[in-house]
Amino acid sequence: MARTAGRQLGSRTAVYTVVGLFGLFASFPFLWAIVTMFKADPDLYTAGSNPFLYNKPPTLEHIRLLFQQTPYLTFVRNTVMIGVLVVLITLAFSLPAAYALARLTGHWGGRLGIAIFLVYLVPPTLLFIPLSRMVASMRLQDSIWSLVLVYPTFTIPLSTWLLSGFFKSIPRDIEEQAQVDGYSRLQAVTRTVLPLIVPGILTVVVFAFTLSMHEFIYALAFVASSDHMTISVGVPTNLVRGDVFFWQSLMASAVIVAVPVALAYNFFLDRFVQGFTMGAVKG
Amino acid sequence: MTAANTGQTVAGEIEGRPRRYLLDREGLLGPLLLLPAVVYLLALVGFPLVMAILYSFTDITTGNPVLHFVGLDTFRDVLRDTVFRRSLRNTVVLTIVSQLLVVVLSTVLAFALRVDFRGKWFARFLILLPWTTPIAIGTIAWLWMLDSLFSPIDWVLGQVGLIQQGGHMYWLGKRDLAMASVIAVQAWRMLPLATVILLAGMSSIPQEIKEAAEIDGASFWRRLFHIELPLLLPITGVAVLFGLVFTFTDMTVVYVLTGGGPQNSTQVLASWAFYKGINGGSLGQGAAIAVFMFPVLAGFAALILRLANRAEVS
Repeated sequence: MARTAGRQLGSRTAVYTVVGLFGLFASFPFLWAIVTMFKADPDLYTAGSNPFLYNKPPTLEHIRLLFQQTPYLTFVRNTVMIGVLVVLITLAFSLPAAYALARLTGHWGGRLGIAIFLVYLVPPTLLFIPLSRMVASMRLQDSIWSLVLVYPTFTIPLSTWLLSGFFKSIPRDIEEQAQVDGYSRLQAVTRTVLPLIVPGILTVVVFAFTLSMHEFIYALAFVASSDHMTISVGVPTNLVRGDVFFWQSLMASAVIVAVPVALAYNFFLDRFVQGFTMGAVKG
Repeated sequence: MTAANTGQTVAGEIEGRPRRYLLDREGLLGPLLLLPAVVYLLALVGFPLVMAILYSFTDITTGNPVLHFVGLDTFRDVLRDTVFRRSLRNTVVLTIVSQLLVVVLSTVLAFALRVDFRGKWFARFLILLPWTTPIAIGTIAWLWMLDSLFSPIDWVLGQVGLIQQGGHMYWLGKRDLAMASVIAVQAWRMLPLATVILLAGMSSIPQEIKEAAEIDGASFWRRLFHIELPLLLPITGVAVLFGLVFTFTDMTVVYVLTGGGPQNSTQVLASWAFYKGINGGSLGQGAAIAVFMFPVLAGFAALILRLANRAEVS
């Protein structure tokens, strides 16, 4: 008995140590960013003093600078606008496709479903060169519309895959009953099934939005002027100017983005993982 | 009763139109609902994929955007370039080393996170940060951590006496250290995804198996190596495959952290394709460099398909 208790205490300590170390490793760049963002210039750029302490009083000056004297808010606005439009396009294309994969297409539907998921794995780095020509020929270069058009190429495959899993989890009887009651198939689906997969739709909204917010390569390749940049590209390329680094403002911009997104992911993580493991894990 | 009646009137109203009956036919409705998504993906993924391969056999540039086929000349030029060979080697090294780190570390972390403890929610939040933050933004935070003059790592190393106080490692200024930094950031970034996939896999191992082993008196290590890790192997495979695909094709960490430097020593295929194709305007060469990722990707895809098929059978 005592031995078990001792072992349990031991494993407790081991768990806290491992989790503590990994937590520190994972979050250290952000902790360091939080310390940095409130530092006054003379404090930050003094070699030798303890960099983890405030040797001079902390200041909000650099956060004010970020919002008032850099295009950061423009980046935020562009990112949100692209994100919302991409979410709408993604839902419009992937909801019908996912329903069809889940219900209407027997064996070949399964194959097609996997094929669509594989499209998600075709990397932007293989496509950006021809796409940059296509975008130019549509006269969309250097505008957010190029990204609105291209981002669904990775959000539609993933969303279709996730949503078809949700559709499959709803019993067929529900819509069949509605059809018996005289509704057409589409009516039956919109009235009975769609309300039931609202959690799935929310999951897709979160992931389509954050994936388009994360994207870097297309945004770097297609957009050149800061007026049309997203956070992902604007912060690393546009807030670093030659030798003048706005480190405090840069770190503030990173923290402001990182925290809300991480919170949103935390809520939807389990569903996302289920989709990612492609049913290899049945929860 | 009233619901059924209105239903019938609705049915009666549209009865004249054959469209409703047509759409109720599964053989027609299925393809119809799939068509928009399939067309979108064919136009903006399938077509550019074919074009990327075609480009690599031409000498197309942004200044002269015509498809003029030159056979294998572009590939020959690319292969002759020492930076390309360096990029190819770096890509392989970066992918393998960072994923080895990720497999070992994520297994340890997943076993720790399986246990319930106070503050687990917060621990998970912290551990997910590298993956939930846009990678370019996370890398910027690392850029400041590895700053040549103000790196806190240098300060700590100085305090514990590993380097001279006030000395500098110049993490991103020396070839090998820069490469090690890129590997570390890439592993940092991929660790959370592998961990959550493994956690999901662990929760699907039947509790009875563990209990049976415990009752039989198998020691912790024996249970770990003979029962749990083998059972986790398929899901570890899934985690590794995703990690490999995302690491092999990424250029963001390299672009933001080192810009491929110093002297192109950290360049990878994707970043070199970008510098050549977009910044340099040699679309053909950029495409040819990127196409080198294709066989490896196809191999990964085939493996994922096999895993998916096996999951379907079981």
